[in-house]
Amino acid sequence: MKAVTLTIDGRAISVPNGSTVLDAIRKAGIYVPTLCHDAVLKPYGACRLCIVQIKGMRGLPTSCTTPVAEGMVVTTETEEIQRIRRTIVELAIANHPYGCLVCDKSEECELLNVARYVGAQQSSVDRMRRASLNKAVDTSNPAFDFDPNKCILCGKCVRICNEVVGRGAIDFAYRGQNTLVCTFGGRPLALSACQNCGECVEYCPTGALSAKQTIIPQREVKTVCPYCGVGCSMLLGVRGQKIVRVRAAKENSVNTEGLCVKGRYGLDFVNHPDRLTRPLIRRDDAPKGAARRKPADDFREADWNEALDRVAQGLARVRDESGADAIGVISSAKCTNEDNYIIQKFARAALGTNNVDHCARLCHASTVAAALAAFGDGAMSNSISDIDCANVLFVIGSNTTECHPIIGRRIKRAVKFNGAKLIVADPRSIELAEMADVHLNHFPGTDIALLNGIMREIVTRNLYDKKFVTERCEDFEPFLESLDRYPLEAVEEATGVAREKIQQAAMVFGKAKRAAVLYGMGITQHTTGTDNVKAVANLLMLTGNLGRRGTGFSPLRGQNNVQGSCDMGALPTVFPGYQRVSDPQVRAKFEQAWGRKLSDQPGRTLTEMFQTIHDDKIKALYVVGENPTLSEPDAEHAKGALAKLDFLVVQDIFLTETAQMADVVLPATSFAEKDGTFTNTERRVQLVRKAIEPLGETRVDWQIIADVSARMGYPMNYSSAADIMEEVAQLTPIYGGIHYDRLENGGLQWPCWNRRHKGTPILHKDKFTRGRGKFHVVHDNPPAELPTRAYPLVLNTGRILEHWHTGSMSHRSRVLEAIASESSIEISHVDAAQLGIEEGDTVSVSSRRGTVRTKARKTGRVKPGEAFMAFHWWDAPANLLTNPVLDPQAKIPEFKVASVRTMLAVLERAAEDNAFLSALAENPAGILKSYDLTPEHRSALMNGDIAAIEKWVGPLEERLKVWLKARLKQENLAEV
Amino acid sequence: MNRECICEKEGVVDEFTEEQWRQVDAIIAKYRTKPGSLIPVLEEVQGITGYLPEPVQRRVAFGLGLPLSQVYGVVTFYSFFTMTPRGKHQVRVCLGTACHVRGSKRILEELEHKLGIEPGECTEDRKYSLDIVRCVGACGLAPVMVVDEDTHRQVKVAKLDQIMQKYNGSENPEE
Repeated sequence: MKAVTLTIDGRAISVPNGSTVLDAIRKAGIYVPTLCHDAVLKPYGACRLCIVQIKGMRGLPTSCTTPVAEGMVVTTETEEIQRIRRTIVELAIANHPYGCLVCDKSEECELLNVARYVGAQQSSVDRMRRASLNKAVDTSNPAFDFDPNKCILCGKCVRICNEVVGRGAIDFAYRGQNTLVCTFGGRPLALSACQNCGECVEYCPTGALSAKQTIIPQREVKTVCPYCGVGCSMLLGVRGQKIVRVRAAKENSVNTEGLCVKGRYGLDFVNHPDRLTRPLIRRDDAPKGAARRKPADDFREADWNEALDRVAQGLARVRDESGADAIGVISSAKCTNEDNYIIQKFARAALGTNNVDHCARLCHASTVAAALAAFGDGAMSNSISDIDCANVLFVIGSNTTECHPIIGRRIKRAVKFNGAKLIVADPRSIELAEMADVHLNHFPGTDIALLNGIMREIVTRNLYDKKFVTERCEDFEPFLESLDRYPLEAVEEATGVAREKIQQAAMVFGKAKRAAVLYGMGITQHTTGTDNVKAVANLLMLTGNLGRRGTGFSPLRGQNNVQGSCDMGALPTVFPGYQRVSDPQVRAKFEQAWGRKLSDQPGRTLTEMFQTIHDDKIKALYVVGENPTLSEPDAEHAKGALAKLDFLVVQDIFLTETAQMADVVLPATSFAEKDGTFTNTERRVQLVRKAIEPLGETRVDWQIIADVSARMGYPMNYSSAADIMEEVAQLTPIYGGIHYDRLENGGLQWPCWNRRHKGTPILHKDKFTRGRGKFHVVHDNPPAELPTRAYPLVLNTGRILEHWHTGSMSHRSRVLEAIASESSIEISHVDAAQLGIEEGDTVSVSSRRGTVRTKARKTGRVKPGEAFMAFHWWDAPANLLTNPVLDPQAKIPEFKVASVRTMLAVLERAAEDNAFLSALAENPAGILKSYDLTPEHRSALMNGDIAAIEKWVGPLEERLKVWLKARLKQENLAEV
Repeated sequence: MNRECICEKEGVVDEFTEEQWRQVDAIIAKYRTKPGSLIPVLEEVQGITGYLPEPVQRRVAFGLGLPLSQVYGVVTFYSFFTMTPRGKHQVRVCLGTACHVRGSKRILEELEHKLGIEPGECTEDRKYSLDIVRCVGACGLAPVMVVDEDTHRQVKVAKLDQIMQKYNGSENPEE
């Protein structure tokens, strides 16, 4: 970009064209006070403090809104400017409380700094002061308070919420001296659209917005967030051995939008009193799965030596009796790359089995399988920052703003400010759908029909990229023919989406210069998961949207290090770096490095392990940092499997529902207590740094495994995590250039072949990893379970913003638990009316596999005939209901479609021991025919005479009476 | 959790007719693609609904794809917009300097008493709303009160009944 030279206080400064005068002043290293300016925000010019004198310009322009021009002569301070600045600040603080000494924010208060700098005078301030500061403080938010008396109306919070977070929960309201930063309708923050991310608190230049529990940290440690796959860098503020504050670090392009509520306020689980601090061994008198008392009572504390001996002996016994393949190892996507590498090495070299897998099986196994087949690489092809450059973003099966909030913000910004078009395909009306150009709310499980329909439209309209298809892809002809089965009418019928919308989506996507597809579990967690992903790959190849900036294939990975766990070979078929165990050359390399003969038999997947425990094929499990009793589909079955094991070791930071079933529980450290690396969804390997010492007797995961391994006759000696990464780099070509000293400034994106290589932000640039991109013929297949009369609702499961997976971390966070403490099921207004269910009713939800009780939420977000539940709660485990049927290729279960019925819980209870009531619940009108009723009974029913009915069926609960009355009225019995 | 999902209908009694909602939607549709059109939309919508309660603001915000808080901010900023219902007839009493010295304060008090409402409020039967204005530019006629479009000159407390009678009479018998 062209440079512009201007003079500031007599010094010549060159800045790029398009900069503001303030940018130039800052570049010159000159301080000019500001209160409303921030580099991430658009120039605003509200505080008027950055006024300067510019030769040839009238008055005193604000430097933050004035663009630079060649030859400008700027003076940053004159006596007049000084006087004006002082008056401005005095006016701003005239009604500001004087309690700076006891204000939580005074350490970082910009207003205080500016007031000192301009030399505000107490005498002037006192003259203008109002008698009382009586605006009410809003303390409703569990994380922070808003004190309007300290607010100077700079508008930073309003603009952050709007421009960066894309939420717009607050704005200025009222006028003149009554002006307030306010939510819609002046409601407290807790009842507003606010998502509690606290971004406004970080930017507020005064104490108006301040955290509820403010403890000033002694030091800050830069590390990576342990929640989702976005991999936001953050600064942990540490006081003693406690995390007391979290700020966004923004050291790379991953999270320029800051942090979400989980990252900022959800890390107090680290110091939670429930943390395991000593090894636990099951008492002899406490059989598994009985859970008679408090779960902790089933165990006794032990020292490390005893616990490790017990583990080594237990595993050795099973190996000697039933062979190494009778042991399964479940690794953790919450652990570092180094932990994962050691875990799979332990399974393969020390135990001698490929039975090692982790929770990627439950989220993106289908992505890895399909993308390897289509492109040759199973990961996200481009970078998160590519969202900024795309013309069209197609989000399918991803509730991005809740599950990957920071990527969600980026999408919202791209749509709002870069003019990107947004297509959202999701059965639910998620937040992104509200701002989408096209929202395709197809029936759950009809993604292939929808995508094939769109592709057929693109082909018919001749919008596909012929050059890309012929030069870079193969097997196009059979694919093209296969689309004939998807004319608009058929797709409309299969998906329930109006044909105009499908056409519109095809036009928007087909015409885009740069388009990206972002998807999540909505695509992968189906029996057709692999085919779904292949359809996504087809769409991208057909339109040539690969290998360029602003395009790409973007599976949004769930866990913080699920990408890394896959890369490290915590999968049953591959060594680190996706090198096949069946390849003799590869095996020879690892045999030489690890000094053991390695098995060539692909191991069992996570889901298969649970299914084969019942056939006695797996007898011992070593589970690291996973909670399958809540995360496996048909959780009751999984729990039964765990109880049947001969030997179960669980290594975790809490006594999870899974750990409660264990023989030995080993206490591990959390992410804050160890060094290592996480690999985020865009393949970026980032440093995790130790912030506090391990709690109690906890130990780092890889050290525990290494000790067990040594006791089993295979010692592994590493001095540090960095040492492990050196070995990884030697054996794993895609991690060849990953060394700790190179990761200090923001990390590297693999493939990074050697020490000199700068990493790869965009894959498949000139050719695909596998050579040519392969088109696959995929056809629409219905989900395994379709709604029936007995189970009429389609249940979709997923996550919510405030909680994380099985909640072992997020339920132990004060703020997150305060915001979302109860599980709920979302049902449509139509279904609720039909079932007589009101908001907040306790309902019982049943599938063919189990029943859970939860609270009903009536919403327009789900369509009639569909329902949604998050799976975070142990007292209402959605996975008790889900269908364990697997995708045949990737072995991923169908979490997204299960048939259920919902019923008022009181009704279900009453109906259990009253056949008449249950018949009544099913079909009130039918009662009159099928039961031989006396005239009084008949008239009691017809008139809704509850008292008379009670005489006959026994006393009814209050809620049931209301329901019965409404139900009898609805059926209009008189006409029968 | 989306506590304030704007597609939700809240449990308020819907006081507007379907025809009114249709007209509101038509106004929104007319302006949807034009940026910066919130103020004209609110102005036209208020012409249909009479005032801008929260459900109406929700409809506008959702229709134009704007944050609710922004719509609320604009509605509360301009005195032209109101979130309380307006009466069929709007009574404004001038408390500008000239009117004040000629006793308009007493006229206001008398009206408050007669209508049983404070300035800024609306009678329960939604017939009258009462407001204070600061000078209507007719100081020569002080004290002045304005009812709807009519300016009444040199108002005296004793004349109030007579003035108000005119508006009582114009009531539509159906209402």
